[in-house]
Amino acid sequence: MGVIRKIKRNFADLFKKLFKKQNARIGIYGPPNAGKTTLANRILRDWTGDAMGSVSHIAHETRRARRREGVTIKTNGGSITLDIIDTPGLATKIDFHEFMEQGMDENESKRRAKEATEGVIEAVKWLDNLDGVILVMDATEDPFTQVNVTVIGNMEARSLPLLIAANKVDLPDASPSTIRDAFPQHPMVSISALEGKNIDTLYEEIAKRFG
Amino acid sequence: MSIMQGFQMDLVSEHRLAEMTPVEKVRFIIDEVKEGKILVLEKGLSPEEEASLIEMTMTLIEPDGFSGIEMESYPGEVDTSIFGRLLKKNTLKTRMTVIGPADQLKTLRKDRNMISALISTQK
Repeated sequence: MGVIRKIKRNFADLFKKLFKKQNARIGIYGPPNAGKTTLANRILRDWTGDAMGSVSHIAHETRRARRREGVTIKTNGGSITLDIIDTPGLATKIDFHEFMEQGMDENESKRRAKEATEGVIEAVKWLDNLDGVILVMDATEDPFTQVNVTVIGNMEARSLPLLIAANKVDLPDASPSTIRDAFPQHPMVSISALEGKNIDTLYEEIAKRFG
Repeated sequence: MSIMQGFQMDLVSEHRLAEMTPVEKVRFIIDEVKEGKILVLEKGLSPEEEASLIEMTMTLIEPDGFSGIEMESYPGEVDTSIFGRLLKKNTLKTRMTVIGPADQLKTLRKDRNMISALISTQK
């Protein structure tokens, strides 16, 4: 009996390996300093216990895309396992002088600017390899930025699901309703990735949209 | 006699862009913007072309030289026509787009139907 059970188990494992559905790849996108890595860290800390990367008030802190595979998010409606990709902030311009204004020396600023341009290219290339996007917007800023328009347009053109996270609602100037009015065709959740505010609602939406 | 100073603004028709492939469009825009021109595209670019333009822009940024572009387009509108539905694919209607050098064109305000920009004659 033991041998038969063992054969059965091995066959079941083989079957799982052969026909295992690939996890949905979800990219976290947005302009620099919208809180993408803060959100990625929040998700990973909540569900895996570790973090994705460092955060900073200086733009373009994340200059390489980072992927974490097999993140299982459990909600009231069940669970979903995703590959999460934290992407560098998208931008149409990068001027090293802006880093010097933040106190960096010239060489360091130029190096950071160069790496930031490479990061943007990487983020754009990832758009072709995703199953959905969480677009992080800073709720204290104007939502009609070109980056937001371009990311939303690319998801709509590909008919892929998009979830807007209106971040930084812990700040007094936050106006998530402005974001909702700007892009009413897409679901939006107001969150503070830093403080964890409303994060359970975001997880419910993630399970609903990307499941 | 005083010499008129300013910037060159080119209004590019839908027809002109339609004659180009996506690669040619991106190259054309980059070349014009690097020369300091402001382009107003009657019908804009597709989202994929916008992404390609951002990608190529990043490859050309140089310290103390080209710092990138300012691009402003209105959010696209999904084509809900019968033809669009028959194709069973989201076809986006692109809209007017303004593109210029980042050190000369600055967006002041933008909403769904209005783009307000400042154009500087000095770099």
